Amino acid sequence: MSTTEVVVTGLGATTPLGGDVPTTWSAMLDGRSGITTITEDWVDTVPARIAGIAAEDPSASLPRHRLRRLDRTQQFSLIAAQEAWNDAGAPDVDPIRLGAVVSSGIGGILTILEQYDTFREKGWKRVSPFTVPMLMPNAPAAAVALEFSARAGAHAPVSACASSAEAIADAIDMIRSGRADIVIAGGTEAAIHPLNIASFAAMRALSTRNDDPQRASRPFDTGRDGFVMSEGAGIVVLESAEHAAQRGARVYAVAAGAGYSCDATDIVLPDPEGGGQSRAIVDALADAGLRPEEVTHVNAHATSTPAGDVGETLAIRKALGDSAADRVSVTSTKSMTGHLLGGAGAVESIASILALHNRQIPPTINIEELDPGVVVDIVRDKPRDLPAGPTAALNQSFGFGGHNIALAFRTP
Amino acid sequence: MAHSEQEILAGLGEIVDEIAGVPADQVTPEKSFVDDLDIDSLSMVEIAVAAQDKFGVEIPDDQLKDLKTVQDVITFIQK
Repeated sequence: MSTTEVVVTGLGATTPLGGDVPTTWSAMLDGRSGITTITEDWVDTVPARIAGIAAEDPSASLPRHRLRRLDRTQQFSLIAAQEAWNDAGAPDVDPIRLGAVVSSGIGGILTILEQYDTFREKGWKRVSPFTVPMLMPNAPAAAVALEFSARAGAHAPVSACASSAEAIADAIDMIRSGRADIVIAGGTEAAIHPLNIASFAAMRALSTRNDDPQRASRPFDTGRDGFVMSEGAGIVVLESAEHAAQRGARVYAVAAGAGYSCDATDIVLPDPEGGGQSRAIVDALADAGLRPEEVTHVNAHATSTPAGDVGETLAIRKALGDSAADRVSVTSTKSMTGHLLGGAGAVESIASILALHNRQIPPTINIEELDPGVVVDIVRDKPRDLPAGPTAALNQSFGFGGHNIALAFRTP
Repeated sequence: MAHSEQEILAGLGEIVDEIAGVPADQVTPEKSFVDDLDIDSLSMVEIAVAAQDKFGVEIPDDQLKDLKTVQDVITFIQK
């Protein structure tokens, strides 16, 4: 094959479990929940009073004058990108060969809402002149590009909760097509605000297990009653294998391929047959040149909603075939992080990549009674070792709108 | 209500520190906002609005662009 091989050389994250990748990863292996009770004064106005608030506030690492001109999505993305960049060894790269693909599902909605309040209370002159560059959906991509002088192109594919997986998929393509040698890729979300909670609650999509926040996110459990909204960001540094080898970079995994599909059956409900999801997996494997039996681990999208989770396991079985599906270990790290929306795909890709790198699969917590419709083996409560030898992992992300993205990673 | 030059300079220092992260002691009369303090045009808009609030003097947009140095702003506010 003549396709350019793309490898992962840096990881960065800020999540409800920790302010960086090592703390997030160790919390995942420990099976810890990052979900807490919201303490804002508006909490009683909404039915879902729990969330995955970032473990480390951006004010801990960004100076005040920068915070005021960056939306919280941008703040998270810059913090995670800095970690990923340092982790990759701060590579020496020609700026015109460096790209940024950083998504958000919703965009700078906290800025929109805050500035609308300011506008109504004080008039247009008090609206921040940075409102537009903070609220635009491409704001995190632009902020990352500016910070690291990424001049090959900055992009922000938007597909709701599949956004950051799509960003990684597009970044792989950007390197393969020869447009860049290195791409900083991932996604971010910061949407914990009463309007957003009310909006998801109006869809009956959120868990209202307010009296037991740490056990509220319970993918694959019969008692799951909705997802828990979280915030944060995940960023990976992707690089052509040739470029990484030339500079002697550490390689976590090969970003082997991606599959895209759209259900086009309902604006929000996933196709109950899992047809679109399964097609994304099949396409990702084909793109990666992998056989189903090489896949030993799947980090599932599974958000803990009654409508999802089970159908996804059907899609995995359909895509891999019975023999491979019988041997695959599936987990949903959302049981611990909650749902980072546009940041989810990137954080879960990092978990998939580290599972390959460290040979350990983080568990799914909070399953008291496994839904009988689940047709794959779920890693429950304790981490599980990956088998020795070359192997591959999939990360799946789906978004309202019928978007499905599957990413395939394999050991180097 | 008149403000002394020293009061205005100290006030501008606080504003520039808050908005642009430039330490107040670097905000001296001869400094140019753009060339010396590295302040961009959107931050200048914020600084002008903050100065209006602090000193009660409105700075119209068409005059803002002529206020290049810290001294220019002090003189404008004192006028």
